[in-house]
Amino acid sequence: MNRDRLSSRFAACKAQGRAALITFMTAGDPDIAATPAILDALVAGGADIIELGMPFTDPMADGPAIELANLRSLGSGTKTKHIFALAADFRARHPDVPLILMGYANPMLVRGADWFADQCRIAGVDGVICVDVPPEEDAEIGPALRAAGVHLVRLATPTTDATRLPAVLDGASGFLYHVAVAGITGKQQAAQASIEIAVRKLKAATDLPIAVGFGVRSPEQAAAIGRVADGVVVGSAIVDIVGSHGDAAAPFVQDFVAALSGALTTQAQETAA
Amino acid sequence: MTDTINLPNSLRSQPDSSGHFGAFGGRYVAETLMPLILELDKVYRTAKADPAFDAEFAELLRSYVGRPNPLYYAGRLTEMLRDKAAAGKGAKIYLKREELNHTGAHKINNCIGQALLARRMGKKKVIAETGAGQHGVATATVAALFGMECKIFMGAKDVERQRPNVFRMKLLGAEVIPVTSGSQTLKDAMNDALRHWVSNVHDTFYIIGTAAGPHPYPELVRDFQSIIGKETRAQMMEAEGRLPDMLIAPVGGGSNAIGMFHPFLDDPEVAMIGVEAAGEGLDKKHAASLAGGASGILHGNRTYLLQDEDGQITEAHSISAGLDYPGIGPEHSWLHEIGRVRYLPVTDDEALASFQTLAKLEGIIPALESAHAIAAAEQIAPTMDADKIIVVNLSGRGDKDIFTVADALGVEM
Repeated sequence: MNRDRLSSRFAACKAQGRAALITFMTAGDPDIAATPAILDALVAGGADIIELGMPFTDPMADGPAIELANLRSLGSGTKTKHIFALAADFRARHPDVPLILMGYANPMLVRGADWFADQCRIAGVDGVICVDVPPEEDAEIGPALRAAGVHLVRLATPTTDATRLPAVLDGASGFLYHVAVAGITGKQQAAQASIEIAVRKLKAATDLPIAVGFGVRSPEQAAAIGRVADGVVVGSAIVDIVGSHGDAAAPFVQDFVAALSGALTTQAQETAA
Repeated sequence: MTDTINLPNSLRSQPDSSGHFGAFGGRYVAETLMPLILELDKVYRTAKADPAFDAEFAELLRSYVGRPNPLYYAGRLTEMLRDKAAAGKGAKIYLKREELNHTGAHKINNCIGQALLARRMGKKKVIAETGAGQHGVATATVAALFGMECKIFMGAKDVERQRPNVFRMKLLGAEVIPVTSGSQTLKDAMNDALRHWVSNVHDTFYIIGTAAGPHPYPELVRDFQSIIGKETRAQMMEAEGRLPDMLIAPVGGGSNAIGMFHPFLDDPEVAMIGVEAAGEGLDKKHAASLAGGASGILHGNRTYLLQDEDGQITEAHSISAGLDYPGIGPEHSWLHEIGRVRYLPVTDDEALASFQTLAKLEGIIPALESAHAIAAAEQIAPTMDADKIIVVNLSGRGDKDIFTVADALGVEM
């Protein structure tokens, strides 16, 4: 990967002594027309990396907040072609902000992995998180993404033990996403102590940046996790704001993301001082 | 369930070690579940090789489920079809009486097996998804039998449609959790069961009700249900001194069908028909994943699914709640692709007619699922010679369906 936006962004955050802020929204929530403004609000609020969710009828790994977002999006007519158009437009407006597509295998692979990887490359998508393709089924999607120069971001969870971790890391790139709770998105919150132990273990096993997500809802939590991890992922809390404000959500999203970003920066300054 | 011989060129040696039946099957689950799935696979290999496990399973099937259940010659049905057929035509129809099992369907076979596995793994809590409530009742039953805590996930629409089964599950000590997400039916119940499981992996065992889901579920459910085919084989040898010419079974996820078919897969003289629910017709709302779907990934496996061009899952429809699912077990997808099993669609109306036919001619009220297989037999038997033999898997009894049927026939109860 020649112009690797992801590693440049993690490096830049590290140089500032802070964790990267990774924010999630579902593409097409509440509809396709409203999505660019919300994406721009994420960036304007200070998000370093954007995860754009691909809606799916059956989002089994997601809690109620993101599940509802998926249904709102599909209900308003979101199609896969719209998502790639959103991504390409985002790339044109924000040439340096890394963009990750996150979702489930079936919508990604229905036209074949090569088609999907190619669309990602053309649209300027930097990485993909496919929730329901574990390393054991890598052949479904991994080779096509690698050939297209698109990162395959893998997930490590509280149940990923030391014997299994090498399999997860084999073929992982971009960063490693530590799922802080054994559960679904947006529900329970992990104990800070357990996050710290997990991140230390993961850092001992890989040079990839470690981002922590699932259950991160407040600036305070984000700041606490930012002390130990290279990135903090916030999803359901943002999706809830979109759920409440619909196509008028952008300013509210921007304010919330600014609070998250501010907390990460303040924490970094305090640590440095 | 320990006699699967891994012969080369055998159709009975699937899946491979990573859980694939040709291009289908596999393990498509979130990372959180992978370690548990791998552990279950290990525990199952050990159990499969342990004669004590098999012995306990067999004893519970005998003394608790009531096996073996009969293979019954449906003489009146056979004669009625012969009357309509050309001279010398009209195959003999036997029924495998799974509906006589405790809890009234084949589902209990699998639940006993999985509860034994749960106990081996030290899990004290079991969960299950259910559509019509048959698998939920069977799971609640074994949970009571084994003293396990039990939660049943059931679409809110199905909770409304199947109130007697909801009450049964509660009587058996289970907690029934209505699922209000998505279409509020079976696939959503499965989504929420998976969500609960991923959040409680440390102490919870998921008793999947059909031969689908991530490896090793399709394999172990098939193995537990293979008792159906093994008994059929022995009973047919006793009754007729030879193997049947054709097996017919209904297919939703396909556990009763694969249990019936698997012991015969290497007998080329035995033809097999899986019957899919064609609902209102294949050009309208239906649940026929093979006839009207395409390969995709859902609920832990790659298999045929009802989906749109973007890979979004489309809603299934069948008058039979047990067939009302947009997918099918991965081994069926494979058997379909290699052509070993033929899959036929049968509509709601055809199943309704056969539901009544069997009740009037044989004094057996079949489940609507099983009525689909009877309908296929009614179509096929008259085209076969009179010395041919068909076995239909009567997978469940129809008490649970009388309200649905009355409604469809416009009868006030």
